[in-house]
Amino acid sequence: MFSLPVWFHRLGSPPHVYRLAERVRPWLGGLALVTIAVGAFWGLVLAPPDYLQGEVFRIIYIHVPSAYLSMMGYTMMAVAAGVGFVWRIKLAHAAAVSIAPIGASFTFLALVTGGIWGRPTWGTYWEWGDARLMFELILLFLYLGYLALRASFEDRDKADRVSAILAVVGVVNVPIIHYSVEWWSTLHQGPTISKLDSPSITMDMLAPLLVMILGFTLCFGWLVLNRLQGEIVEREHDARWLRQFAAEAAR
Amino acid sequence: MSDFLAMGGYAPYVWSAYGITLLVILLNIWAARRARVRPLERIARAVDETRPRRQPTVRQVE
Repeated sequence: MFSLPVWFHRLGSPPHVYRLAERVRPWLGGLALVTIAVGAFWGLVLAPPDYLQGEVFRIIYIHVPSAYLSMMGYTMMAVAAGVGFVWRIKLAHAAAVSIAPIGASFTFLALVTGGIWGRPTWGTYWEWGDARLMFELILLFLYLGYLALRASFEDRDKADRVSAILAVVGVVNVPIIHYSVEWWSTLHQGPTISKLDSPSITMDMLAPLLVMILGFTLCFGWLVLNRLQGEIVEREHDARWLRQFAAEAAR
Repeated sequence: MSDFLAMGGYAPYVWSAYGITLLVILLNIWAARRARVRPLERIARAVDETRPRRQPTVRQVE
């Protein structure tokens, strides 16, 4: 039998994770701020305009990171909820709950920035027949459905277990979004950077995009840590370590 | 500078997209911070209330 390292076991311990988040959070926030500032300046000012779309292509620097995080966030939420369901780890449910509203916001951003980008390039904000657009909209409904389902339970444990099923079942939508532009070719353009061997984008446009993806991801992490800490406090409000911590913080 | 703001004629699209993104991220920062701080304050209050206090002296009525 192999044995898991100690640090892995401690990821199930609320006080340990709370203190870890307390230490990591400021660094994550600072790095996110710097990275997004650099990426935005690079993307808006230094990167050359697109030969076909002109300056409007610069929306890519917020659209792609938002869309990426909408899917990555859902995947992480589903994994956390699934782990919480199978091994009955409360902290995993807390993580899933923390991700949901943030993932929903980034899904909203992906849809809105995509619509604004679509108006001058496709001639329309929204196209009901486009697969990528529809499945991304369904992703937003999955996030909102998860939150609404949770809100309908008084009992937190029950809310954890039932909403976890929705989260896990809904994850099937994520690969569908990803491959939608290959399976159904409608309005949305094909993949640009996920073809790792031959990305169809030049380096001076790609580099700021990668920086922005990193910056948005750091920001996402900062947001999740904040909510996770709040969620831990809500769930552990009677624990002694927390009362000591709160008393010290209030002093 | 005005060239930059004009975005080759696409200013309304580019800047509205960036503006909405900034707004949503700022709202998220505000909400997430609140979600972290609020429960902590509630506990701090609860701890404060359970702390033993000196009883007010009651003059005996004769």
